Amino acid sequence: MSESPFASVDAFLQRVPYARFLGVRVELAGDEMTAVLPFAPHLVGNPVLPAIHGGVIGAFLELTALSQLALAQPGRRVPKTIDITIEYLRSAGPRDTYARAILRKVGRRVANVQVEAWQESRAKPVAGMTGHFLLRNDG
Amino acid sequence: MADPTDPVPPGVTPGMTPDMTYGDAPLHTRMTQFAPHAQALGMTLVSVEKGRGVMTTPWREDLVGDPETGVIASGVVTALLDHTCGLAINSAGEAPIPIATLDLRIDYMRPARPRAGLTCEAHAYRMTRSIGFVRAEAWDEDRGDPVATAQAAFMLNTRS
Repeated sequence: MSESPFASVDAFLQRVPYARFLGVRVELAGDEMTAVLPFAPHLVGNPVLPAIHGGVIGAFLELTALSQLALAQPGRRVPKTIDITIEYLRSAGPRDTYARAILRKVGRRVANVQVEAWQESRAKPVAGMTGHFLLRNDG
Repeated sequence: MADPTDPVPPGVTPGMTPDMTYGDAPLHTRMTQFAPHAQALGMTLVSVEKGRGVMTTPWREDLVGDPETGVIASGVVTALLDHTCGLAINSAGEAPIPIATLDLRIDYMRPARPRAGLTCEAHAYRMTRSIGFVRAEAWDEDRGDPVATAQAAFMLNTRS
């Protein structure tokens, strides 16, 4: 397997059946990663609005954080999520959603990661997340 | 081991029935068939009473988060917690109102057991004119040994 950063994060997403169920993929521009959640009907939570399910948005933000950590630490075991706080800012319509993560601190055992998701305009985020992740340095 | 076909998941006292109505359809129909993602995950409503709800979601191969262990993805836990919190809010009022999640904090205590489905109970413990506060727990086998807990705030009547 290639050792490129993209290969390591792509391999992470391909290994996780749930990431394939949602349809999450990543795009890289140099070392800058954008996660993409293409719209699909099975992601809808409220068909009246319609809006993507809040749980799907939360899961997408968490997968973005884990992907960014996989990118920063290629070959390491997938970190364990300790806690996440999701803030919903706008209803997420039936469109593609994007997210970027910032590793605010990667310590020896715990990482603090902040993620923001948007749809049509990056200046109008649909949701944000802060999470703590337990790093597993044993392999 | 939780059997997804079992109508009463472990840790749940049978007795309550999901027969409350919401709008022109029973609440259990609105919470499952009318929500495509809940249906895609296979969520079912176990019970509901005023301000409280229990829902369950089965283990499935395509919902696994860790292929080495076969443990269900934490994202499924997130969706179940969020959805059950919405159920608790919806059952707290007299009439159906549009709601929106403001924030949702989830603590993951431990991974679920391999190939185990999940059950979640949510309690809308405080309802004000514009905000609903909810706590929820999700577990696989033992109610007293949760996989995750959540705390959420919902904005009520978002259309007015």
